[in-house]
Amino acid sequence: MVHYAVTRLISLTLSLVAASLVIFLVVEVIPGDPAAYMLGLNASPEAVDALRDALGLNGSLPERYLSWASGMLRGDFGTSYTYRVPVADLVAQRLWVSVPLAIYALTVSTLIALPVGMLAAARRGRAVDYGIIGATQLGIAVPNFWFAMLLVVLLAITWPVFPAGGFPGWDAGAWQAIKALTLPAVALALPQASILARVMRSALIETLGQDYIRTARAKGLSEGEALRNHGLRNAMIPVLTIIGLQFSFLLAGAIIIEKVFFLPGLGLLIFQGITQRDLVVVESVVMLLVFAVILVTFLVDLAYAAVDPRLRHGR
Amino acid sequence: MISLEDVSLDIGGTPILRDVSFGIEAGQILGLVGESGSGKSMTALSVMRLLPLEAALSGRIMLDGRDLAMLSERQMCAVRGAEVGMIFQEPMTALNPVQTIGDQVAETLLVHGAASRSEAGKIARQRLTRVGLGPERFPLDRYPHELSGGQRQRVCIALAIALRPKLLIADEPTTALDVTTQAQILDLIVELVREEGMGCLFITHDLAVVAQMVDRVAVMRRGEIVEHGETRDVLRAMRHPYTRALLEASRHRPDRRMHAGGDTLLDVREAVRDYPLKRRRLFGPRPQVRAVDGVSFRLMRGESLGLVGESGCGKSTLTRAILGLEALQGGEIRLDGAPVSPDMPASLRRRMQVVFQDPYGSFNPRHRVSRLLAEPFHLTGRPADMEARIVEALESVGLDGEVRQRYPHEFSGGQRQRIAIARALVTRPELIVLDEAVSALDVSIRAQILDLLADLQARYGLTYLFISHDLTVVRAITDRVLVMRAGRIVEAGATEAVFAAPSHAYTKALLAAAPVLPASHAASAEPGGQPPGAPRDIF
Amino acid sequence: MKLPVQLVAGSVLFGAFLVVACLSLVWTPFPVTELDIAAKLQAPGNGHWLGTDHLGRDMTSMLMAGARTSIAVALVAVGIGIILGVPLGLAAAARRGSLLDEVIMRANDLIFAFPSLVIAILITAVFGPSAVNAILAIGIFNVPVFARVARGAALSIWQREFILAARVAGKGPALISAEHILPNIANLLVVQGTIQFSMGILAEAGLSYVGLGAQPPTPSWGRMLADAQTFFYSDPRLAILPGLCIVMTVLGLNLMGDGLRDLLDPRLRRAVR
Repeated sequence: MVHYAVTRLISLTLSLVAASLVIFLVVEVIPGDPAAYMLGLNASPEAVDALRDALGLNGSLPERYLSWASGMLRGDFGTSYTYRVPVADLVAQRLWVSVPLAIYALTVSTLIALPVGMLAAARRGRAVDYGIIGATQLGIAVPNFWFAMLLVVLLAITWPVFPAGGFPGWDAGAWQAIKALTLPAVALALPQASILARVMRSALIETLGQDYIRTARAKGLSEGEALRNHGLRNAMIPVLTIIGLQFSFLLAGAIIIEKVFFLPGLGLLIFQGITQRDLVVVESVVMLLVFAVILVTFLVDLAYAAVDPRLRHGR
Repeated sequence: MISLEDVSLDIGGTPILRDVSFGIEAGQILGLVGESGSGKSMTALSVMRLLPLEAALSGRIMLDGRDLAMLSERQMCAVRGAEVGMIFQEPMTALNPVQTIGDQVAETLLVHGAASRSEAGKIARQRLTRVGLGPERFPLDRYPHELSGGQRQRVCIALAIALRPKLLIADEPTTALDVTTQAQILDLIVELVREEGMGCLFITHDLAVVAQMVDRVAVMRRGEIVEHGETRDVLRAMRHPYTRALLEASRHRPDRRMHAGGDTLLDVREAVRDYPLKRRRLFGPRPQVRAVDGVSFRLMRGESLGLVGESGCGKSTLTRAILGLEALQGGEIRLDGAPVSPDMPASLRRRMQVVFQDPYGSFNPRHRVSRLLAEPFHLTGRPADMEARIVEALESVGLDGEVRQRYPHEFSGGQRQRIAIARALVTRPELIVLDEAVSALDVSIRAQILDLLADLQARYGLTYLFISHDLTVVRAITDRVLVMRAGRIVEAGATEAVFAAPSHAYTKALLAAAPVLPASHAASAEPGGQPPGAPRDIF
Repeated sequence: MKLPVQLVAGSVLFGAFLVVACLSLVWTPFPVTELDIAAKLQAPGNGHWLGTDHLGRDMTSMLMAGARTSIAVALVAVGIGIILGVPLGLAAAARRGSLLDEVIMRANDLIFAFPSLVIAILITAVFGPSAVNAILAIGIFNVPVFARVARGAALSIWQREFILAARVAGKGPALISAEHILPNIANLLVVQGTIQFSMGILAEAGLSYVGLGAQPPTPSWGRMLADAQTFFYSDPRLAILPGLCIVMTVLGLNLMGDGLRDLLDPRLRRAVR
C-alpha cells in the first residue's frame, strides 16, 4: 500500500513538473517578449523595459522557470499586471467560489448518478431501465451552460426560488452562499450525472456476467443481493475512473457556468486576464486548474487501492 | 435422494435437453460425461435453476420429495447453497476479487441466516481448514489473487459445502487445473462426499476422470442421456455405440511408424530465458525470473518429440524462443546448423511453422481462408502457383479447396485446426511446432487430428515438436519425450520407456496423478477395435 | 441485417443537420453577414421562418451556418485525434512495456491534465481568439483519448494467437499493426469517433459561448447563445433555438454511437436470472 501510494505520489510530482514546463513554455516563451505582448503595440520601449524588469523577464529561461516554479511552491504567484495586487490574493478569493461549486456539483452528480445507475441495472430490460437510458441520453446531449440558462428562467425568474446570478460571499451566511451556488451546481451536475449513471449501469451489468456473481447465486444470494454484495464494489473501479475524469470536465464546465451566473470565481478571473492580456494571471490560474486535475487523479488512484486489494498488495 | 425425471429444456426455442432422467443417492457420485455442447452444464444449471431468462424448463427435479422445478425464485434462493452447492470450472474467476476468502465462505452461512457473524467466521475457518487451507498459511483475510488456481478451487469447495448441502454439483471442477492439482482436488471431492454423505453430480468431458472416481456414469449427447449405469459396467460393456466411440477416441493412438533416426534438425544448447518482473521497490533493480534454465536437447529429422510439463514450467517461453520470436539470454538454438534468433533471415524462418491451441483465436476473423493461408508466403515471396499451393495444402488436411473463399467463423473447431495445420504446411517447412495443438478439442475430433498429423508426418517427412500438458496425447504421437519442470528438463527418453518406467520423481508424480482409463476387454475383443499389445493400461 | 433502432434514429437526426450544414455552404434563406437593425427581434413569420435576432439577421440562416461551424470544428478535431492518436496507441501497444510505450502513455496522461477549455485558454491568451483555437484545443484533447482506446484494444489483439502466427510468418510490428490490429479495432475507433464528435460539438459550443471559439461574424451556436443571454427574458426564442440544435445534433450522434456499438459488437449478453 505504502509502495503504491509513494509511486503514485512520485508520478504526481513528475506530472506537475511536466505540466508547469508546458505552461511556462506556452505563456512565456512562445509569445517572444511577454512584456511587449502584454502592453500591446503602442507601448513605449521604456514601459516595456520597466515591465520586463517588474516581471523578472531579464534572466535566462531556466532561471525564470525556476524562480516562477519556486515562487508558486511558496505561494507567490507573482503580481497581476492589471490589478497591481499579488495574484495569490486574487486567486485565494476566487477559490472560495470555484472550489465549493465544483465539490457541490460533483456531490450532486454522484448522489444522483449512482442510485439511478444501480436502479437501471437492477431493472435492466424493463420500462424503468429504458426510461433511465432515454433520460440520460438526453442529459448528455444538453450543454450545461444552456441548461443553466433554462434553470435561471424557470427557477429564478418564473418562480424566484434561487437567485439568478451573483454571489453574496460567505460572509452573507452559508445559506445564502449555498443558495447562490445551487443552480450553477445543478446545471453542472446533471449532464455529468447522466454520463456517470450510464457508466454505473453498464459496469454493474458487466459484473453480472462474471463468474463470481454466478458463484454468489449458487450460494443462495438473490440477484439483488449478488449485485449489492459483489457487483457493486467491482463496478466501483470503472466508476471511480469516470469520476476522476469528470472532475476535469467539471472544472472546465465551472469556468463557463460562472459566466452564466456572473459568479466571481476563477473563470471570470481568467477571462478578464485574457482580455486584459494579463499573462501572469492566466499562467497562474491555468497552473492551478491543472494542479487540481492532477491532484484528483492522484486521489482517484488512492481510491482504487481502497477498493481493489490487488493494487494494495505491492504489485 | 435427488432424481431428475424427464427434464427438458428449451432456450429461446432451441431444444437443449430432452427427457433427461437420473437419480443420485446420498454418498454417491454420478459422473455426467459428454463432449462440448452436449448439455451437461445446462443440466447442472437446470437443477440450480440458474438458467437464462428465455429458458423453458419442464419435467421434475425431485430433491427429498420436493420438486425444485416448481419452486419460486425466492424458495430456490433458500435451496441454493443450503441444500445444493455448486462449484464451477474456472477457479481463477469464480471468486470475487475484492472480497476476502473468509467473507466469501462465511457469506453462505450468513445469507441463509444459519449463523451469526462471529459464528459464521468460525465455521468458515473450520471449513477452509477442512478443504486443506490451514489457518497458518491461509488466514481468513486472504484475497483470491494471493492464491493459486488449485487453492482457489478449494475455497470454492469450502463455500459450496459450508452448509453441508445434500447435493454437490461440480461442473468440470478440474479442467482448468494441472494434472497434479487435479488429482488433489478430485481426492478432496471424493473424501468430502463420503464423509458428509452428500450426493455429487460430477460433470466432466474426461472419461479417465470418470473411470477413476465416480460410482455411476451417465453419458450425454446432444441433450440426451444415451447410456446410464454403474461406471465399471458402462466402461467395460460399452453397449451404446456412442459410449464406445467416445472411449475409443479417448484412448486413440494414431497408426504411426516409429522414427528410425536421422541427422539433427533442431539443436537447443543451454538455452536460458529470463523475464523481467515489475519492480518491487521503487529504485531497486527489476527482479528477473528465469523461465527457461539451461535447457538442452536435440530433435532429429523426421522425429516426433514431446515436451510435457504443467502450466508455468517454461514450455511456452521455450517455444517462443525456438520459433525465433524472442531472444535467449544464454545458450543457443540452431535449426539445421543455422542460429535461430528474432532477426534470423526469412529463408530460415520459412523452415519451421507452428500450430497453436486455440482454434478460435489463431485466425484473423476478418480474413478469408485464402488470405490466412497466404500469410506464410510473406517469408518466401508469393510464388506464381500460390493458389494451387493453397488448394494443395487444404486438400492435404482433408478439406475441399473451395473453402478458401470462406471466413474462419464458418468452420467448426476441428476444421479450423485443420486450416491451422494447412497454414503451417503451405511453405513446405521441415519442422512443425505443435503448441497444445489438440488440447482444446473434443476427444473424437482430437483423434481425427492426431491421425491427420501422423499421416502428414509420414507423407511429407515432417519433424514435430509436440508441446502439451496432456500425457495421453504425448504418448500417442511422440517417439521421445522431455519432461519439463520449473524451467529445466528433468527427464528425457524414448516415450514408451519414460511412460513405462519413469526415473525422475516428478515424472513419477505426474504419471501417478494422471487419471487412467481402464483397459477395455470389450474393445480388444471387438473386430476393428484397438489392437492389443501396447501397454496402455499400465497407467 | 436488422439495424438497431438507435442507429437509424440517430443517423436520421444527425444526417438532417449534416445536410443542412452542407446546404448552408451554397444557400441560406438570407445572407448571414448582413445586418438589418430595423428588422431586429422579429417573431417567426413574415418571410423569416424562425424570426430574426437582435441584429436583424435571419435565425434560420444563422442556425444553418452555425451547424456548419459546429460540425466542421468537431469533425476536424476528431480527425486530429485519430490521425495522431491511433498511430501513437498502436505503436505503444506494439512495443508494450518499452520506453516508447512509457513515453507515449505519460505524454497522454499529461495532456489529460489539460481540459480542452484550458488548452483553448492558453492558446487564446497567446494567439488571440479564433475558430482555429477551438479546433486545436478540442483536437489536442482528442489525441490521448484515441491513443488510449487504440492501445487498450490493440493490446488485447496482440495477445491473440493469430498475431503469433503472423510473427512466425516473419511479419514485423508495423505490418502486423496495419494488417491485423487496425482492422480488428476499427469498430471500436468508429464508436469512439462518434462519441468524440458529439463531445466536440458540445465543447465547441462552450468555447464559442465564452468567446474562445468562432469569432463574429462567423455564425456559431455557442456565440448565438452568448448573444441571446441579454435578451433571454424578453425573447427566449433566441436562446432556445440554438440550444435545441445542439441538443439534437449531439443526441443524434450519441444514438448513432450506441447503435453502432450494438451493431458492431455482437457479443451475446448472457443474462442469468
